[in-house]
Amino acid sequence: MAKTLPKVDVVTVGVGWTGGILAAELAKDGMKVVGLERGKERSTEDYLHGHDELRYALRYELMQDTSKETLTFRNNRKQRALPMRQLGSFLLGENLGGAGVHWNGQTYRFFPYDFEIKSMTEKKYGKGKIKDGYFVQDWGITYDELEPYYDQFEKACGISGEENPMAGKRSNPYPTPPMKSTRSLDKFTKATKDLGYKPYRIPSANLSEPYKNQYGMQINACQYCAFCERFGCEYGAKSDPVISVIPAAKESGNYEIRYHSNVTEIIYDGNKVTGVKYVDVQSGEEFIQPAEVVALTSYVMNNVKFLLMSNIGKKYDPKTGKGVVGRSYCYQILPGATGFYEEEQFNTFMGAGALGTSINDFYGDNFDHSDLDFIHGGVVSITQTGKRPIANNPTPPDTPRWGKEFKNNSIKYYTRTLTIGSQGASLPYKENFLDLDPTYKDAYGLPLLRMTYNFTQQDKNLQKYITKKAAEISEKMGASKTVPNPELTDYSIVPYQTTHNTGGAIMGADPNSSVVNNYLQHWNAENLFVVGASAFAHNGGVNPTDTVGALAYRAAEGIKKYRKNGGSLV
Amino acid sequence: MSEQEKYSRRDFLKKSGYAAGGVVGGGLIASLITMQVMEDDPKTKNSQTNGGSEDQFNDAFMFFTNRDDFRVLASSCERIFPEDENGPGAIKLGVPFFIDHQLAGPWGNNTKEYMQGPFYKGEPTQGYQSRMNRGEIFRVGIKKLKEKAQSDYEKSFQELSAEEQDKILTAFENDDVKISGTTSAEFFEMMRAATIEGVYADPMYSGNRNMEGWKMKQFPGAQMSYIGKIESDKFVDIEPQSLHSMLNK
Repeated sequence: MAKTLPKVDVVTVGVGWTGGILAAELAKDGMKVVGLERGKERSTEDYLHGHDELRYALRYELMQDTSKETLTFRNNRKQRALPMRQLGSFLLGENLGGAGVHWNGQTYRFFPYDFEIKSMTEKKYGKGKIKDGYFVQDWGITYDELEPYYDQFEKACGISGEENPMAGKRSNPYPTPPMKSTRSLDKFTKATKDLGYKPYRIPSANLSEPYKNQYGMQINACQYCAFCERFGCEYGAKSDPVISVIPAAKESGNYEIRYHSNVTEIIYDGNKVTGVKYVDVQSGEEFIQPAEVVALTSYVMNNVKFLLMSNIGKKYDPKTGKGVVGRSYCYQILPGATGFYEEEQFNTFMGAGALGTSINDFYGDNFDHSDLDFIHGGVVSITQTGKRPIANNPTPPDTPRWGKEFKNNSIKYYTRTLTIGSQGASLPYKENFLDLDPTYKDAYGLPLLRMTYNFTQQDKNLQKYITKKAAEISEKMGASKTVPNPELTDYSIVPYQTTHNTGGAIMGADPNSSVVNNYLQHWNAENLFVVGASAFAHNGGVNPTDTVGALAYRAAEGIKKYRKNGGSLV
Repeated sequence: MSEQEKYSRRDFLKKSGYAAGGVVGGGLIASLITMQVMEDDPKTKNSQTNGGSEDQFNDAFMFFTNRDDFRVLASSCERIFPEDENGPGAIKLGVPFFIDHQLAGPWGNNTKEYMQGPFYKGEPTQGYQSRMNRGEIFRVGIKKLKEKAQSDYEKSFQELSAEEQDKILTAFENDDVKISGTTSAEFFEMMRAATIEGVYADPMYSGNRNMEGWKMKQFPGAQMSYIGKIESDKFVDIEPQSLHSMLNK
């Protein structure tokens, strides 16, 4: 029998970026906020011995324990979905700060085009440009409306960056100047300028100088030590929820985090939610935490899983195309090319997660799509995130995968390859969706989320096009040999690709085609907010975290309004 | 490492109470290696480095139970990452002990993997679907390597020439050998990945002896900061350091 606790104003399910931002904003405003975190507490001091590639990058020290919870996967509805028994394609977070602790810190905004993709595409190219089966739609909010919230998130992080000539208008410059440059970045800058493109430095949450944010939290200067992605920062120099926003919430005196608290149900009376049920995974005790407002602030996967398990909103049915929960799951694709350099050696082992330079000449509709068989595009970049030796063994294509020649080439080219990478936008497709698995259960007896996903024709066409552009840049940079990324085949859950999963509980202007409104308020439960990349109507061609942060600030404002006036906010 | 340095580090470890835990591991005396287990094997006899005047306590079996299985693993790892003009191969780098220790721990026991049934053979895009954990997969994989050597050449795996060993390993890689409960390709990929891990993981895990793996690759290990070097126009060669050296910082 679950014990019912005293009611609070707000309970957040998960304490990462979105849970932390809501807590900081709402607790500061006087609301009593409880954050339920299924994992443990952790802080900067815990990363003293963080430069351990095996433990953190290969054995996933900071990530979700898949023995307790994972998802099942299949490429299409005809296949039997099977459990993702170990992490691979994407790295789900766990413990305080969530995946916000082991991110790289690349903090791009989405572009005005992203938020109005359907209307802009149809206006310019006509209705037939968006092919059947693709649920491309406007987000129910414009870039200009979201801009102030981007600004707030970037101030909370202290983002280091410079004006991007092709981006949406900014109300303020970046809080700190761009990071240092390197020889490989300079080569990219020169080559892209020579090709007529407009390079700019990647907006970075690895800070170029010490910074104090709007909550008075100190973030330190990056040391370029090369251990960002998959690692926590031992210097407190990479903005993350634990150093940037959670302490602000704690200072208010109105915030409590309960660790080892795994939520099992959102309690829904058909009209509103009344609270959440959770289990203390160490003691086994069950609790009900009643709240005026419930905010789902876990990762994409669990935000969607909670809605499905608790029967809130109409589930998506791929047979009819009706229903919304679980629809529009998107990922990203990775066009690119690797340059091998016979004469030059680079300091590729140094770096930082967001150290890089990009162009947006092939993003959104910045290039003419009249004769192209896809829409949108992606950022094209060079990054110097710090290549570590276990995971980085680049060899020319005809090299065997082991033995003498492999050894020789992998050692030689470790410091003699530069990759031009891209993140290709991903558009929702009718056959790509999330629902509950009928067979497999997690450690608490709840169904696993089931992912049905494959790359689409749009993805394949986009991949081919951007890869060609990346290869041209690599050649212009003077690579002795350039190897383009392969064409796309079936999506595989095995090799790491990107932890940029989106959708499943998308935002929009119409309850028939979205789960939440533009305050992330659920259409079918006015006191439930579903916050995160689950709300993306499609995935853009840059890293999602800035947009996740902006939406969290938007949701925080929505919750404040809701607590004052009640009802639907739109 | 000088005698004085050794003592001061041990002193520190004693005082800090660290020595009792598993934190320090092989890093303490990583530069001095004797591989007793390998010594009486003709193919691996020359595997000692640096004189071997001090015991390497970590060079013992945590997972394996007999020398023969261990030697088959060691020979396979050496074919995957052989000694050459760049420097030592898998055996001298301690990779077989690295793998032994990994198999004995959480990785070999799949403690962070979802191991609930039902189990079905999946599509390649669905990844690991074996009901066996990695330790069990290594056991049956090594048994199969031995059987294959006998059936193809009527010799033990270690007696084969490098070319013959490569032929067998290639058959495993290409999934041409049948193994109940797993596949030869799955086992081979696991062994290949673990070999590379053992070459380049921090020496505290028993591989990458004396940081020789890092030295070959010009990877400087656990450095605190590159802020003064990041803008350098030239390649910067830096003496590597291990996590052990950070204990004192």
